[in-house]
Amino acid sequence: MPQIFHHSTNFLARLSLFGAIFIILGALWVAAAIHRSSWGTGAFVEREQPVQFSHKHHSGDDGIDCRYCHTTVETSASAGMPSTQICMNCHSQIWADSPYLAPVRESYKTGKPIEWTRVHDLPDFVYFNHSIHVSKGVGCSTCHGKVNEMPLMYQASSLQMEWCLTCHRNPERYVREQKDIFRMDWEPPANQPEVGPQIVKQNKSPDTHVLTSCSTCHR
Amino acid sequence: MTSKDSHKNFSLMRERILAEQNGGPQYWRSLEELADTPEFREFVEREYPQHAEEWHDPLGRRNFIKLMGASLALAGLSSCVYQPPEKIVPYVDQPEEMVPGKPLFFATAMPLGGVATPLLVKSNEGRPTKVEGNPDHPNNRGADVNIKGTSATDLFAQASILTLYDPDRSQTLTYREEIRPWPAFVADIHTALEEQRKTQGAGLRILTETVSSPTLAAQLRAILTEFPAAKWHQYEPAGRSGAHGGAMAAFGEPVNTVYRFDQAERILAIDSDFLNCGPGNLRHARDFISMRRVTEERKAMNRLYVVESTPTNTGAMADHRLSVRPSEVEPTARAIAAALGGAGVSVKLAAGGAGAGANAQWVNAVARDLQQNAGRCIVIAGDEQPASVHALAHAMNEALGNVGKTVFYTEPIEARPEDHTASLRDLVNDIDGGRVGLLVILGGNPAYTTPADLKLDQARLDKKEMLRVHLSLYKDETSELCHWHVPEAHYLEAWSDARTYDGTVSIIQPLIAPLYGGRSAHELLAVFSDESDRTGYNIVRDFWLGQMGAGGQGAGQNQGQTQPTAGSQATNQTQNAGGQASLNFANKPILTAPITNATTDTELAWRKALHDGFIPNTAARPRDGLSVRAPGEGGASPAPAPQPAAGGFEIVFRTDPSIYDGRFANNGWLQELPKPINKLTWDNAALLSPATARQLGVTQKIGTHGGDVHVDTVTVEYDGRAVVAPVWITPGQPDNVVTVHLGYGRTRSGRAGTGIGFDAYKIRTADSPWSGAGAKVTRTGEQYSLATSQLHHMMENRDPVRSQPLAEYLKEPENPKEGTEHGLTHGESSYDESMYPKWDYQQRDYAWGMAIDVSSCVGCNACVVACQSENNIPIVGKEQVQRSREMHWLRIDSYFKGDEDNPEGPYFQPVPCMHCEQAPCEPVCPVHATVHSAEGLNDMVYNRCVGTRYCSNNCPYKVRHFNFLLYQDWTTPTYQLMRNPEVSVRSRGVMEKCTYCVQRIQWGKIEAEKEGRKVADGEIVTACQAVCPTEAIIFGNINDPNSRVSKMKAERRNYSLLPDLNTQPRTTYLAALKNPNDEMKKA
Repeated sequence: MPQIFHHSTNFLARLSLFGAIFIILGALWVAAAIHRSSWGTGAFVEREQPVQFSHKHHSGDDGIDCRYCHTTVETSASAGMPSTQICMNCHSQIWADSPYLAPVRESYKTGKPIEWTRVHDLPDFVYFNHSIHVSKGVGCSTCHGKVNEMPLMYQASSLQMEWCLTCHRNPERYVREQKDIFRMDWEPPANQPEVGPQIVKQNKSPDTHVLTSCSTCHR
Repeated sequence: MTSKDSHKNFSLMRERILAEQNGGPQYWRSLEELADTPEFREFVEREYPQHAEEWHDPLGRRNFIKLMGASLALAGLSSCVYQPPEKIVPYVDQPEEMVPGKPLFFATAMPLGGVATPLLVKSNEGRPTKVEGNPDHPNNRGADVNIKGTSATDLFAQASILTLYDPDRSQTLTYREEIRPWPAFVADIHTALEEQRKTQGAGLRILTETVSSPTLAAQLRAILTEFPAAKWHQYEPAGRSGAHGGAMAAFGEPVNTVYRFDQAERILAIDSDFLNCGPGNLRHARDFISMRRVTEERKAMNRLYVVESTPTNTGAMADHRLSVRPSEVEPTARAIAAALGGAGVSVKLAAGGAGAGANAQWVNAVARDLQQNAGRCIVIAGDEQPASVHALAHAMNEALGNVGKTVFYTEPIEARPEDHTASLRDLVNDIDGGRVGLLVILGGNPAYTTPADLKLDQARLDKKEMLRVHLSLYKDETSELCHWHVPEAHYLEAWSDARTYDGTVSIIQPLIAPLYGGRSAHELLAVFSDESDRTGYNIVRDFWLGQMGAGGQGAGQNQGQTQPTAGSQATNQTQNAGGQASLNFANKPILTAPITNATTDTELAWRKALHDGFIPNTAARPRDGLSVRAPGEGGASPAPAPQPAAGGFEIVFRTDPSIYDGRFANNGWLQELPKPINKLTWDNAALLSPATARQLGVTQKIGTHGGDVHVDTVTVEYDGRAVVAPVWITPGQPDNVVTVHLGYGRTRSGRAGTGIGFDAYKIRTADSPWSGAGAKVTRTGEQYSLATSQLHHMMENRDPVRSQPLAEYLKEPENPKEGTEHGLTHGESSYDESMYPKWDYQQRDYAWGMAIDVSSCVGCNACVVACQSENNIPIVGKEQVQRSREMHWLRIDSYFKGDEDNPEGPYFQPVPCMHCEQAPCEPVCPVHATVHSAEGLNDMVYNRCVGTRYCSNNCPYKVRHFNFLLYQDWTTPTYQLMRNPEVSVRSRGVMEKCTYCVQRIQWGKIEAEKEGRKVADGEIVTACQAVCPTEAIIFGNINDPNSRVSKMKAERRNYSLLPDLNTQPRTTYLAALKNPNDEMKKA
């Protein structure tokens, strides 16, 4: 019986063996890229909410301070979500009949809370504390992006550990003065390399070894 | 650098070798270790006792590899799961003070046996998650108000959080097992009451446990006023009838005795486990240890003598322990009283003190020592002792001049002090006589806990027609026999009040609305009044607003009198309480002085009491000027208990150290908690001494898994009744005495508690509830497998625990830099060089460390449960404990010293993670799941762990625990409410271990840094430290030389576990000290 394959096909076998290495490496690269992409991290994806709440309007156009609604951002791990009561502080007077606000009025009337969809969802083994970040000079926009330009809220960063560590390893590149914490238009100034370390020192931030210890965030 | 330490290590090694040559180890954890049997050697040498056995099936191995290959390939896919979208649900109207992410603490109290433990309970967004002691409560504070009080609790309070969320708790109101609405119950009761009203309630009986709640007492009083012929009975299986009888015999009134151990240099405990059981045990332990702690300032110790009939934690702490048969306890006490007479202290009631017999030297030495410390000593009799021994203890305290100095008498804290057995007997007589038409059982489980000869069983209850109502947390053995079963609200769900051991009233305020629609006893009793729908809140609040208003006026008349004595008349009238329908029980103002004034009205006083967790000026009124009545002075001194015939077995009944009288049987944390002395879990056993076991030919053998011990079973026969029980050979148990623990053998308890162990109530009799002679123990020939952690995590005789007599310790060592001959090392941590790089903490603010004083640990186990509660640690069940797979991050090893028949100790040694500087676990982890933190913690990163278990194998202290199976309950909704949100809930295949409560460290650091300051010493406490009644565990910053932990580590007693391994642990120990009486040594 003659051979089914010609001798030259041996080359193909060798090529595929050699190529397998590249295929595997390529597959890993693709997997990593997908993992890091916004498809994997959920970044830049606008979430459907029960009320079409616009941060752009409230924070940007009206200039309402972040803390008016996120009341506990300076005191607690959680920044705090506004209670229906806080919405109604204003909306019992303005836009009181708007159909967009029907769920808010419904909630106020029935006592049943509004169920928002979480936009920034850290894994449950991560223990993030808003208050300590704010008090050490990490402003809102550093992590949440320019919220005042977001009609619908989305996650502006990957929220992967790699991203956390860029700051935990080099906080001086990102910190700002206390007066600027809630400013949405803050960008690192040209002299950040000089003022950054000063702010870190002034805030008595722990050194980077402490900041990058596992138990700082994982318990 | 190396020289000092090498020298120390070599000297340690030499000592160990010498000790082995001289016949066995000095300290041992189990009899097998002491005997060094071949089975034990094999067990120790087996490399991984907790792992699965080898695969013997020839085909199985190949299949196993195939399956493993497939699992490995598929394992990658599990990481492809995306987090499901989550909802945020804010409040509609956020309550004041409520900050999401920040827990609130509420003051309340847990009643047990009528006595309250004041608590501060943590509430995360409305869910109670952790129980702590209330440091502001007067019981928990010292004389100095500037020093913060202790947050200690007992293990029952710690574990109560699990009972609250127990899905097995009764959830519906039922009538003959059919679900009924509440109005139907109210209507039925009202019909029955109308029937009773015709006879002034002659057929109405209310059975409660010990009642100290003033509000409940007032409600009962109102009912008994309305139905004068009705009767209220109290029965508690662990009732303090002996103490009550003793006070009646000695003083003619049921006084409450308060001991001040912080004033006592010498203590004689007569079969009393005062450090672990009974009212005030937390205070007792704290005060006792405060006189025992040797520091640079105080170089003296108190001395504890213990006469006991079965080993207890208090016996373990004793400097001199005399193990006697239960029938010899009273003669020994009398002999000591007589010897005191010989030493010039004349004791009333001492008549009948025969010669001290074989223990003459012990007795005389104790008597002389007590007499030399007259006025600075305490004689305390155990709650299990008969009235005669209590009366004798009162007489001895009086003769020694202790009254008013270390022993104080107050009015009783119970609403109606009485002999519970007499009360039960009265009830049973009425039931048998057909005189009961409506029986209301508030709490308790009498069908199970009543003695065998007064059993409230089906046969007895069904004889005559009577409506039975039972209020209880669980549908238990008693609910089964009652028509109406009303689910009870847990103490964390209901309003009530209770008194602590000295009488101070705590308001019990709920932390959460009843999970299962339970009702409190107050709400049930309201059905018997005109206002049957009154809420518990209104009942308790109205009572106290009334008291605060009236109490202020009433007490105002006593102003100027420092010792109000008014009211002793009323107390005297309570004597006949056990008998006829008595309306005489204490009905007088609880407040001893007004708490309201021009600026504080009753509403404000009520709010302050709720906030603080106690009502001031409610401690029981002191009873001064009492004198023990000698038999000639009208005193009815109870005759000494009859002496049993020589020979034969004697039996001792005790409440279980973990599940008490059986009420905590369905609490998995307590069931799996290794019992202090024998480390048994999930079972009770008949304790026998080694000599008796040899005589009976019963044995216990270690199984292949390490935690399974195969023991013979015996039939324990007493007073014509018998139970079959597995044997546990207990060093220190008196010969021919069998000890059985109550609380097991439940037939209807829940998933955890039903059908395990044997029911010792079946052989308990009303006449001698705690001990008796004439028992028979015979071998059945059957075997039973017990689960014990006694042998788990052995450190193989490498001086894990060290002790020294005080006198030797105080001798200044010749060279203070060298280790002393007994292996006590010095504070300076000098270690050998290591091939791994050194960590430098000088740049850091903090370096965390822990010091544990073995001398102070009373082995109460509260820390183990506290750790379990704080860190979301699962239970694993008996079968897994038998495989050494229990998950406790903190274990308490107990080490006996000396020979097996009369050992010293055990010494209790809590073992958390050592957080080694050169941690053996760290370099072996292939995925960096366990790494060193910048502040010296040995961090465990669950989400990195792939479960190789190399770290656990390399850990010399065996403090790492692996989730072999999915032990954590991820599905039961109520358990999800219970968990500490600050700690990850671990899944299968993950290693876990003590983190030094890193969540508390981070919390403390964040709060301090927000205020721009450093963490103060004592600001961060670990869960185990917070709950420790004796401050044996101290955690803190070892970078700060002035911190408490640094000072402890600087003491000469400081040593580390297995120092020769050069792991340089952060957790170090302070050697135990004993204070023996030289006079005894001469013998």
